[in-house]
Amino acid sequence: MIAQAASTFVPPEVQWFALVPLMVVLGAGVVGVLVESFVPARARRPVQTVLTLGALVGALAVLVVQGWQWFGPEGTGQVLVLGGSMVLDGFSVALQGTILLCAFLAVLVVTDRTSARQDAFAPSAAAIPGSEYEELARRRGLEQTEVYPLLLFAVGGMLVFPAAGDLVTMFVALEVLSLPLYVLAGMARRRRLLSQEASFKYFVLGAFASALFLFGTALLYGFSGSVRLDGIARMSLTVAQDAPGLPEGWVLLWLVGILLVLAGLLFKVGAVPFQAWTPDVYQGAPTPITGFMAACTKVAAFGALVRVVYLLVVNAPPEAFDAVKAALWTVAVATMLVGAVVGATQTDVKRMLGYSSIAHAGFLLVALLGFNAQGVRAVVLYLLVYGVSTVGAFAVVTLVREVGPGGEVVGEATHLGQWAGLGRRSPLLAASFSLFLLSFAGIPLTAGFIAKFSAFEAAVRGTPYTGSATALVVVGVIASAIAVFFYVRVVVIMFFSRTVEGDGSTVAVGAGSAEDADGRGATAEEPEPHATQQGTPQRSSVVVAEGAPAVTVVRSEWGSLVTVAVAVVTVLLVGVFPQPVLDLVDGLTRLG
Amino acid sequence: MDLSNYLVLASVLFTIGAATVLLRRNAIIVFMGIELMLNASNLAFVTFARMHGDLTGQVVAFFVMVVAAAEVVVGLAIIVSIFRTRGSASVDDANLLKS
Repeated sequence: MIAQAASTFVPPEVQWFALVPLMVVLGAGVVGVLVESFVPARARRPVQTVLTLGALVGALAVLVVQGWQWFGPEGTGQVLVLGGSMVLDGFSVALQGTILLCAFLAVLVVTDRTSARQDAFAPSAAAIPGSEYEELARRRGLEQTEVYPLLLFAVGGMLVFPAAGDLVTMFVALEVLSLPLYVLAGMARRRRLLSQEASFKYFVLGAFASALFLFGTALLYGFSGSVRLDGIARMSLTVAQDAPGLPEGWVLLWLVGILLVLAGLLFKVGAVPFQAWTPDVYQGAPTPITGFMAACTKVAAFGALVRVVYLLVVNAPPEAFDAVKAALWTVAVATMLVGAVVGATQTDVKRMLGYSSIAHAGFLLVALLGFNAQGVRAVVLYLLVYGVSTVGAFAVVTLVREVGPGGEVVGEATHLGQWAGLGRRSPLLAASFSLFLLSFAGIPLTAGFIAKFSAFEAAVRGTPYTGSATALVVVGVIASAIAVFFYVRVVVIMFFSRTVEGDGSTVAVGAGSAEDADGRGATAEEPEPHATQQGTPQRSSVVVAEGAPAVTVVRSEWGSLVTVAVAVVTVLLVGVFPQPVLDLVDGLTRLG
Repeated sequence: MDLSNYLVLASVLFTIGAATVLLRRNAIIVFMGIELMLNASNLAFVTFARMHGDLTGQVVAFFVMVVAAAEVVVGLAIIVSIFRTRGSASVDDANLLKS
């Protein structure tokens, strides 16, 4: 019997070449774990840095070769790996490239210790904040270089996520990308309580969302007998033709299943009503990680969302399509409005960027709801532009720091009031941050304008079957107008608001948290920005008052600087000469 | 016995798990709710596999178990580190971050 089993065993056919980028990234992650065990502490940091950056560049290079081979002038078309568990079409290759590029830029920020000679991570993340052990670890100059392998594992999951051809691969990829991020979110060097709390919230809500996704997958499997996206789509078309022999209510199984799967994915992109974690995690996580997460997770999750929407929702049983479409429309409208309106009331830079990312998720959903090929191209372009400028924006945030009582540089100055007068002290930094904000706002001549325009254009066109989404675009334009207000407000604060001290070298803010060097005082409650300002009359919601930590701009070693420079160049180039990028995206996604 | 009873059981377990996550305050119990949701999905997968006469659902259940185990490792680590800092595992106490 065993012999018989052996003779009928069919070994799976694996396209190893197609998997090379993934294996490079995950393999480097495994090697990184070994480096932690076998390389002496002093050498770990440079080794990990080189390994991580090298793996990302290598994977990107192989991806470019693959893209040329499959989708170039003599392209062979899409590749199905493991019988369709991974679908490497132009769309997924484009998104994987975006993810690798953004991850590379984000890792550059992670490696940057700045002129303060400290990275953004706790010297020993397992130590209790404020404990003697933590103090000891800090004085010994320990570093948590496990960050790099964790980043690589997360990137590995992200590469699979938009390429997943079945819901189980998608689920595993979702977890592989999420689990390292939960840990990374809790490793901030300063404000460790906030960081741990962010990590905890992210974990609980994230695990809840993946459980929803999984149960939805189970229901869709029950509906169709397959977890393949194309298998499920084929089955729902069969139901559409009134296949005999199916029990009543079979379509309901599809409907509940798809709504649960969409809920799981919408959580990852941070769409309302699943946005609750976004501002908290963005604020609490170490800033370089926030940049990584904001850019790469959104790219990966939107990739998966596009696949599910274009394969499952578009091929829905006809009586169920309208229900799902209505649900997605509601989510898109709520996401844009909540992101823009609540974002306008924020006083913390990282929280504000969090709400901005929620609003952008809404704009991306608008592009998606055109349900046409143009929408797919718009999503790819939008994600590229949004991802690069987000990494750049968070890189700037890492450089604006508070100064402790002893004159030493401590945590980031994230309160908006502390950014007053930044334009005078560091004109270049402030100018690049303004450029990113204007690109987020979609001002012409920046990349954001091109991206937003193509997204809205795709939605207006729609398809004959689904109709156009003009109403959504109207809401989108209104939400953009509200969002412009809070982006421009930051620009005004940086360039046109006066600082308290005449010399303009330091800015005092009543809201700063009184922490001593290195977060030893992290157990002290973080004061709420408004709490200390009640007595003094102020002219705006973002106030500058006396008696709090001064603000300085630290010099980047080189990583953050390169990231900001690349992001600035990208935003300007795509904004002024969009044609090459449009052609590239067009060429890649035409076949997909 | 009718196989659909297992599906009813899976749905009930999933609902109990979801309610636990949304209503309970202790982080460990919230976490147990999540595990219950994952295992309810497993039960649904295995039942559907039987109904369709197809092995996929059973294979998926194994994948889910592995993922759930990994999630336990990360989740408990985070909860323990929070507990050691604050001396409490209540979800409500973690409220420093707000708008």
